[in-house]
Amino acid sequence: MSKTILVADDEPNIVISLEYLLQREGYTVIVARDGQEALDAIARDKPDLVLLDVMMPNKSGFEVCQTVRADDNMRATRILMLTAKGRETDVAKGLALGADAYMTKPFSTKELVLKVSKMLEDAA
Amino acid sequence: MLSASAVIGVSFAYLLVLFGVAWLGDLRARQGRSLIDNAWIYALSLAVYCTAWTYFGSVGRAASGGVWFLPIYLGPTLAMALGWMVLRKMVRIAKTYRITSIADFIGSRYGKSPLLAGLVTVIAVIGIVPYIALQLKAVSAGYALLTAADGLLPTSSSQHWTSDGTFYVALALAGFTMVFGARHLDTTERHEGMVAAIAFEGVVKLVAFLAVGIFVTWGLFDGLGDLAARAKAEPALSRLLHLEQGGSFAWAQWFALTLLSMLSVLFLPRQFQIMVVENVRESHLRRAAWLFPLYLLVINLFVLPIALGGLLYFGQGKMDPETFVLSLPLAAGQHALALFAFIGGLSAATGMVIVETIAVSTMVSNELVMPLLLRMGRLGAGAGPELTRLLLGIRRAAILVVLLLGYGYFHLAGEAYALVSIGLISFAAVAQFAPAVLGGLYWRGGTRRGAIVGLAAGILMWAYTLMLPSIAKSGWMGIHFLVDGPWGLAMLRPEQFMGLRGFDNLTHSLFWSLLVNVGAYVGLSLWRAPSGQEASQALLFVDVFQRTAQSSPVFWRGKARVSDLRRLCERFLGARKSDELFEGYARRAGLRSVDAIAPDPRLVQYVETRLGGAVGSASARVLVASVAQEDPLTPDDVLRILDEASQLRAYSRELEEKSHSLERATTGLREANEELKSLDRLKDDFMSSVTHELRTPLTSIRALAELIRDEADMPAAQRQQFIGIIVAETERLSRLVNQVLDMAKIESGHAEWHISTVDLRELLQNAVTITAELFHERGARVLLAVPEQAPTLQADADRLLQVMLNLLSNAAKFVPNSGGEVRIGLLTDAEGATVTVQDNGPGIPPDQRGIIFDRFRQGGDAQNRPQGTGLGLPISQEIVKHFGGRLWHEAVDGGHPRFLFFLPWHAAGARPDNRQTGEKA
Repeated sequence: MSKTILVADDEPNIVISLEYLLQREGYTVIVARDGQEALDAIARDKPDLVLLDVMMPNKSGFEVCQTVRADDNMRATRILMLTAKGRETDVAKGLALGADAYMTKPFSTKELVLKVSKMLEDAA
Repeated sequence: MLSASAVIGVSFAYLLVLFGVAWLGDLRARQGRSLIDNAWIYALSLAVYCTAWTYFGSVGRAASGGVWFLPIYLGPTLAMALGWMVLRKMVRIAKTYRITSIADFIGSRYGKSPLLAGLVTVIAVIGIVPYIALQLKAVSAGYALLTAADGLLPTSSSQHWTSDGTFYVALALAGFTMVFGARHLDTTERHEGMVAAIAFEGVVKLVAFLAVGIFVTWGLFDGLGDLAARAKAEPALSRLLHLEQGGSFAWAQWFALTLLSMLSVLFLPRQFQIMVVENVRESHLRRAAWLFPLYLLVINLFVLPIALGGLLYFGQGKMDPETFVLSLPLAAGQHALALFAFIGGLSAATGMVIVETIAVSTMVSNELVMPLLLRMGRLGAGAGPELTRLLLGIRRAAILVVLLLGYGYFHLAGEAYALVSIGLISFAAVAQFAPAVLGGLYWRGGTRRGAIVGLAAGILMWAYTLMLPSIAKSGWMGIHFLVDGPWGLAMLRPEQFMGLRGFDNLTHSLFWSLLVNVGAYVGLSLWRAPSGQEASQALLFVDVFQRTAQSSPVFWRGKARVSDLRRLCERFLGARKSDELFEGYARRAGLRSVDAIAPDPRLVQYVETRLGGAVGSASARVLVASVAQEDPLTPDDVLRILDEASQLRAYSRELEEKSHSLERATTGLREANEELKSLDRLKDDFMSSVTHELRTPLTSIRALAELIRDEADMPAAQRQQFIGIIVAETERLSRLVNQVLDMAKIESGHAEWHISTVDLRELLQNAVTITAELFHERGARVLLAVPEQAPTLQADADRLLQVMLNLLSNAAKFVPNSGGEVRIGLLTDAEGATVTVQDNGPGIPPDQRGIIFDRFRQGGDAQNRPQGTGLGLPISQEIVKHFGGRLWHEAVDGGHPRFLFFLPWHAAGARPDNRQTGEKA
């Protein structure tokens, strides 16, 4: 059975590209357009991995990450933070809040695919 | 009548209360919670000016001369109003140089001359002892009146002194003065308890006198109107209400009396003691300058009513007017009031006696006895170690002697003078200090020789023209020299000296004595230049306000040893106080310990000033000279020292200015730095936002481009979609770059503005035409409503068009898919034009209204937010602001959004810093 990946981003074109890329790699992809939707989707669909954008309306990626880590049912979810904010402090903050990995936008599709598969293998 | 025991009992009970107040004052001073550090207390203590002479004598004077009692109180009022600057200078000098008395002040000013200080002391004693006698006489007379059988006038106090109550009053006062005026030797001759008691007495006598006044005016008569009417009815009394007193107004006499009391309020030893020596804070003078005159006014309110009341009540010539204050309540059967009035008189008398005795005894011990002992070698190096006790003994003995002198004078001569004439004779003696003091305060050229001869000549003339005739008139010597002149020389007649006529004898005496005094002082001062010592003191006094303790020059040259100076202090001040002094000096000089003190001139001056506070400047000078090797100071030395000091002062002022400007520069730098930091933070935020906004489209472009590259067999439709997105995102990127640059230009003031005359109606029409296709695509219609005519304004048409296009494209994004409608309006008034752009879209949710003008913040939710950079509205806002207007948003009818911008016809608020490059374009 294929792994499920949640793509949480408010930029439609980024979602389109990520959806296409991950589906091509054989994953099941679900989409959330803001932080709250992402949290709901994590609770409901229990994805194996979340690609989480930081700058989202309603709830930021940082807040989502924090909430997930504080919740017993969702805690195990793998989180890969994706952000256009490349400052070191942002990276440190994301990791401190419990993200498993971090990639800055724009990303290389190859690297992203590698990272995703590695994270899913580690979890297995 | 009242029983003797009641009067004596109440009197001594009152004195006990006085002791209590003084004791409390001293206690509070020791605890550091000064009772008298208060401008009200200070002003009340100045009321020591009002003695028994005021209390009883003013009424007497008013009964014979009507309003002629007034100059004695006008003088002090004028002195306080006009002369408080003089007083402030005296206070500053006395505090800086630890002056202990008026004799010390004058002696110190003229080169610390013991001779001059001694002369002033002698004059003060001669002038003041009769005045003290006068106070005792008042108490004695009052006592006699209260205890006399009804209807009998008191006759004489010729009883033996051992059975005379006045003698014991004098002794009690001596005891009080010794306890509160000479308990310890201090380096500042200040007595807090005594001052507190004096202020208390000031209240008692005022209240008592007012009580009598009110009783006479409204108790015995029907108010002031009644008194005046009755007085007018009697020709002898109605004269009292006029200045002319039957003849023409005696301007000279009025002037002389006013001048005399003006000078005496400044130079009477007791006034100097209370106003200058006992002053706690210079600032207290300000309030005293109006409060003390007010006190004088109030205490004088009822003088004339009491005088008229007495004359009407008893009939003229039946009762001594000077006793009216007591005899009126007594005759009316108001015994309690009479007793209270007596206590008031007692407080007036004792207040004067106490302060005067302290002042005079300080002078006598410091300026007469000490120099004498020093000269006899009794206080030389070989004398015993505990001189403090000896000094206090001298002080106490002096107090006793002065009071006994006063008592003796009263006993021998008490009956001979009327109260008022004794007072005025004393005033005239004290007025002789005026040239030396005032000249000394403001004229550097005044010399010791001039001051001594002037004073001596003045006091001799006073004795000859005022004192002697007064004695002669008392019947103690023949009066033929008054009538014919000594040796038959009519020119020398004391009361018509050099044939001067037409003045009363007081004015006459004042004229001659001050004339010879000033003449000798000025003449001799001009004749010979002052010595180095005199010149240095003159500078210290005259320029006292220009110097601070640190920068004042030290006029001393010589060699001294710290141990000698220390021993000297120990002997005169006691070991404890001496240790305190040296430790204080070391602390102020920033030294580690007392051992590090260097025996430099500044130390010598410090020790001499502190010693001077205890024994007087002249004696302190002799004492210091006895242990230090002093080089005589020449006038050239003085000039050199002064020069050094002024250089030092200029240098320190320069340093101070430099440090001030440094401080200012530092503050400025810190502020600039803070501003930069916050700008930096803003820029950082901006950069971070821009980076984010640029990376977002880049992310899509890169990801989609990689997908296309890596998948050669991608379906054509898919590929077309991705390429379409890439193109759109590229457009978004360029738009973003342009707008960021635009924003940065406007904000930094580097934007180019092409100013021309703009017709807004045209501009709006133009914007509608450009966006017509856009709205057509969205299926929306645009309604433009503009007035027939509208004024034009000076602005950049392209920029304003940019604003309109931004607003319209925003509207196009949010109108509903069908039935969309955009209304554009133009309203004009006297101020300017308002453009409205309203669409029938869903509007902006309340929680987002605050952020739509923020950069990179876009309204709408994630799914259906249209393409945009989030910079359009902020840029539009900047443009409108540039032309002095504003851009804002309102929600109308059911939340439809309406954007408005207002532009004034004349843009007063236009930023002048922007380059107006319309000409170039």
